[in-house]
Order: sequence, then structure tokens, then C-alpha cells
Amino acid sequence: MSAPQYAPGKHPDLPAPSTLAGPLAWVRANLLSSPSNITLTLLSLWFLWSVIPGALNWFFFDAVYSGENRAACRAAGEGACWAFIGEYLKLFTYGFYPEESRWRVNLAFVLMWLALVPILFDRVPHRKYGLYYAAAFPFIAGWLLVGGLGLAPVTTDKFGGIMLTLVVGVTGIAFSLPIGILLALGRSSKLTIIRVFCVGFIEFIRGVPLITLLFVASTMLSYFLPPGTNFDLLLRVLIMVTLFASGYMAEVIRGGLQAIPSGQTEAADALGLKYWQAMRLIVLPQALKISIPGIVNTFIGLYKDTTLVIIIGLYDPLGIGRAALANTSWIGLSTEVYIFVAIFFFVSCFAMSRYSLYLEDKLETGHKR
Amino acid sequence: MKFRNTAAAAAALIFGATTAAHAATLDDVKRKGEVACVVSTSLAGFAAPDASGRYTGFDVDFCRAVAAAVLGDPNKVKFVPATTKNRFTVLNSGEGDILFRNTTETMSRDADLKLSFLPVNYYDGQGFLIRKSAGIKSATELGGASVCIQTGTTTELNLADFMRTNGIKYDPVPVETNEEALTNYEGGRCDVYTTDASGIAATRTGLDNPSAHVILPEIISKEPLAGAVRHGDDQWADIGKWVVNALINAEELGITQRNVKSKARKSGDNPKVNRLLGTEGGMGAMVGLDDKWAVRAISAVGNYGEIFERHIGKKTPLGLERGLNALWKDGGILYAAPIR
Ligand SMILES: N[C@@H](CCC(=O)N[C@@H](CS)C(=O)NCC(=O)O)C(=O)O
Repeated sequence: MSAPQYAPGKHPDLPAPSTLAGPLAWVRANLLSSPSNITLTLLSLWFLWSVIPGALNWFFFDAVYSGENRAACRAAGEGACWAFIGEYLKLFTYGFYPEESRWRVNLAFVLMWLALVPILFDRVPHRKYGLYYAAAFPFIAGWLLVGGLGLAPVTTDKFGGIMLTLVVGVTGIAFSLPIGILLALGRSSKLTIIRVFCVGFIEFIRGVPLITLLFVASTMLSYFLPPGTNFDLLLRVLIMVTLFASGYMAEVIRGGLQAIPSGQTEAADALGLKYWQAMRLIVLPQALKISIPGIVNTFIGLYKDTTLVIIIGLYDPLGIGRAALANTSWIGLSTEVYIFVAIFFFVSCFAMSRYSLYLEDKLETGHKR
Repeated sequence: MKFRNTAAAAAALIFGATTAAHAATLDDVKRKGEVACVVSTSLAGFAAPDASGRYTGFDVDFCRAVAAAVLGDPNKVKFVPATTKNRFTVLNSGEGDILFRNTTETMSRDADLKLSFLPVNYYDGQGFLIRKSAGIKSATELGGASVCIQTGTTTELNLADFMRTNGIKYDPVPVETNEEALTNYEGGRCDVYTTDASGIAATRTGLDNPSAHVILPEIISKEPLAGAVRHGDDQWADIGKWVVNALINAEELGITQRNVKSKARKSGDNPKVNRLLGTEGGMGAMVGLDDKWAVRAISAVGNYGEIFERHIGKKTPLGLERGLNALWKDGGILYAAPIR
């Protein structure tokens, strides 16, 4: 059979043959391309087949959503006892924050998202004012949560649960980036004092585990402070966590800075830009862009490290979960607790890493390999 | 040791006032308006927040009794949860004023870690929890077993002693919290869990099928659990000590949460009751409190027996017997010094 003849330029757009495109082709290329590939596909199918129904049953179909205690849960069904999580949900969310003031936590949470919008997306109208607001947000939130100036004061030892994670995580993230940038620039400074200070600081932070810093902050510090001073425990934690993340951030950004060819700085010099102008307009935008994965990585690490606050007697969601497990009516349901906490952390961290991918794509100017 | 002392002396010179600040804990507490009480991060029956965030438990009630005696309100307690490892640092650094945390009184903790122990509020001993299916009848048959053990505890040291004297080889699996131990034990990462028998009772209620596990007959140690305060403030130590004694004496004298108010209204014909309830003798002033200190403590949490039954006794999931912790006249060894 001879192929049909077309006049030049008249060749119609035919669909690709089904062996090369479409679902069948995809299956063939990705799942069945070689004997080992076929084996792996079959194994995976078998694995999913044996795991998914059980998991679904445990999670949803056999799960118990209401009940007085563990015994009632077990009597009602084989699956997860979400009634337990439900009963402790408030504690998971707000910690020990006084019931009548919880609207302040909710409001701060909403305001946080409003502050994030102008930071995360650059095509919002009036972004400039949005950014001013975002810069003011930490102080507004601090006032809302701690009280004073017309609001009933709430001591920070009442903070806990998801709210505590967000307070520590967001503060750490918000302040560690600028401090990290300064440290990274300081590390390559021509002024010896600044350089030595920055190197010393970064190496110290990287050489000491966070748990040690937190321990120092919580207990050792009171030996050194003048007696009677009441240096808020949460504030100490926030400072330590921020400094810790800054140290790591500085190294991530230094990596970015080193990847920028020196021609860029020389070109800035040639244009007559001052050091800070050159950094702000030419070097940092490029350096930060290539550091995005590392920066977000540090953020995620920091966010998860917030669970360490348990050792200084603050309850993050994991701590609340453990405490809940010591309730004699619910004791023993650790799987539910750990899965719940895991889901919470996974959702937050996954969102962060997705955003970072989005940002990388948006800023992509051909450096990507 | 030498170096530590020198360093401590140097620190004392530089930060001269630190010890002085620790001295007047009572004034500190009154100024702050709350008692900072070190408790377990979470142990069923002893200390844990309930779903509304309110701490409850055996140890917690002793904290509340102290707060009620000192500040007049059992809710004026700031709970400072601590792990077995950091509890003493938390107390000694001043983050906590008093500690009730399943803590065994020992010589080294008293003298070397510089704690003043309050009267024992629970006589405990170390036991072993193991699966029935392991077919082990005695702790001496534990050769080669992996044993979950909480770090920073007396039980860790007792276990080592016991295994050494009996020439048994074992695999310690160190864990940080009771909850972690339970998870490890259920997951089969250790064959045996050992800790205070009260802790085992608490842990056991969390197992999927409690009857598939047994507690071995051996109790290998003495664990007198007691509250504690820092060295160097005798008045504060006295307050803690006599609050505990008052709760135990109240049980002995038949004073309960329910009847304490009416008994305290006017002095009756039992001088022991009168002295405890402040209608006679002016006992409170001796520790820097007023006469109604014990009345407040008892009406806040009840007497010792009531606290026991409420949190860890027969009717609770822990189901502990009074045993050694019965009053001396009921065959136990609880024998509180008289208030006179
Ligand atoms: N009494 C011993 C052992 C204390 C201990 O290990 N207590 C365990 C349970 S019996 C505990 O407090 N677990 C709760 C937690 O780790 O938060 C000591 O003082 O060293």
C-alpha cells in the first residue's frame, strides 16, 4: 500500500499513531517497557491492592467518629478512633489558650493569610500597601496573641498545639531569612571583624544541636540572668529557633552568592552602583532565586523542628498528642495521634514545597538544567 | 567534682544574688500569684491535661493542694511539664518552685542534685511487663531479652544492678517517655518494659489486649516517690512537707473534702482535728501561712485517700490497690508526722 500523496504545504495534521501517544502508549512506555519494568508494575499493583482496601477501611469505613472513650470506640468498629482526635481537637489547635479569647487566635490566623498573599504572589493589586501590612503583621499578631493594650493578657505558657507550631514556625521563617542574608553577606565582607563575627556565629550555630540551644534557653539562662528577671520562655525559644535557622539560611544563601559569576559584581561596579545597590539590584535577586530550594528546605526543617519545644515544657501538636494518650479513657490510641500529627505536618510542608516549585518556575530565566 | 565546685563557686561570685533569690520562694510565689509545679509531661493517672486542657492526676492534685494552701486557689498553678531527664534542672534553675513527678527519693538526688524531698506520697517498686506468649515466669529468665527503659531514671540503674547481680545479659532499649516505651513495646521492639509498678499499671491500660500481658512477680527495687523542692529554702520545704502530711493526716482523722468545711467552722472535741483545721494551735503561722491553710488544701483536692481513689485507685482504669500506700493503721506504711 503506498502512502497518500499530498501537495507541498497541504499535509493535514494527523493524530500520532496510538502506539506513540495516548493512554495506551503511556502505559506501554512507562509501565511495561521491559521485563523488569513489568515485574515492578505487577509488584506495585499487588502492593497497592493489598494495602489500599485495608487502609481505606481503617481510615474511613470502619472508623468511629463519636464515642465516649476507647472502649466505646473499639466496641463500635475496628478502624481508627477519630472520636478521640475529635475530642482533643480544640487542645490540638489552641493548646491551653483561654477559651473566651480563642477568637484572637482565629483572627490572627486569618490576618496571617492576608499578610501572606502580597508576599507570595506578585500580581495582587496595591501590593505595596499589602507588603507594608505584612511587615506590620508580626507585631499585630503578637499583640493579638499576648494581649495588653485593651486585650486581656494571656501568658505564653498557655500557647500550645498547632497555634504554637505556627507562632514558632512563622516567626522563625520570617526573621531567619533577612538575618541569614545579612550573615551570608557578612561572611564574604572585606571587613575582618564582621567576617570573623559572622563565620564564628554560623559555625557555632551549625556545630550545636537545636535541642541543646533550646535547653540552654530554657534552663541555663536563668542561672545567668539577674535574679527576678522574667524573660519570657517562649520569647527565648523564638530567639533561639530564629538564630538557629539563620545560621543554616546563611550557608544556603552563601551557596547562591558563590554561584553568581564575579562579572556581575564587576559590571555593577562599572555602572557606579554602591555596594548595597549592587547587592539589592543585581546580586541578591539572582542568588536568592537559585537558592530557593535550599531556603524552602531550611524553612521546612525549621517548621518540623518546632516539635522539639516539648523538652522545655511547651506542647506542640505532638506533645498534645502524647499528653492526650495519657488520658485513662483514651490511652493506647497512639496510631491515631501519630497519623493525625503526621497529616498536619505533611500538609503544611507539602504546601511549602509546592509553592517553592511554583516560584522556581515563575522566576525561571534559563539557568535551569 | 573539684572543677564543678570551683565553677559553681565562681558562678556564685559573679551572679551573687542567684541563691538569695531562690531563698524566699514563698514571697516569689505570692508575687507571681502562682505556684510553678513540675509534673510529668504525661503519665496516665498521675499528670496529664484532659480534653479541655485542664491538668488532672495524682501528682497534679498535690500541686493544687499546695497552691490552695499558699494562695487560696487550687487553680493558681502553672504546670511545668518535664521529662525524666530534665526535671531536676527545671526545678533547680528556678523554672519550677516545687516538683511532683513520680520521682524516687534517693541519696544522690538529695545530696548531690541538691533537692529537699517532701514526705513520700506513693510507695512504689520497679516491676516488669512482658507478653504472656513469651512464656517467662520470672525476671531471672530474662537472659537475652531486649528491655525498654526510660533514660534518666532510677529504674535504669536498678535494672543494671539487678541484671549484674543475677549475671543476666540483656539489651537495653533506651526511651525518653513512657508513651514512647509503650509504642516500642507494642511494636515488638522490646520484649520487656520495666518501670515503676504504678507506671506499668498505667501503661498496661493502653495495651490493645491487656490480658495478653503479665507483670512478673519480682519487684526489684524500692521507689519511694516524693515531691521535692530546691535546697536552701527551708520555709518553702516545710510548706510542701506539711501540706503532704496534712492530706495524709486528714484521711487518718476522717476529714474529707465534703466534711472539712463544717468541721472547720468551730473547734470540736478532737484537738488533732482542731490543730489541723486551724481552730486551735496557730500551726499555719509557723510555716508563714494562715490558720486555714490545711482547710483550703483539703477542700480543694480531698484527703490522701480521696486523691488516690480518684486518679489511680480500684475504680479507675489503673486499678491500683492501696497496698503499701494504705494508712499504717490499715496495714500500709503511710505514717504521717503529727501536726502539733
Ligand atoms: N521513679 C523513677 C522512675 C520515674 C519514671 O520513669 N516515671 C515514668 C513512668 S513510671 C514517667 O514519668 N513517665 C512519663 C513521662 O515520661 O512523661 C525515678 O524517679 O527515676
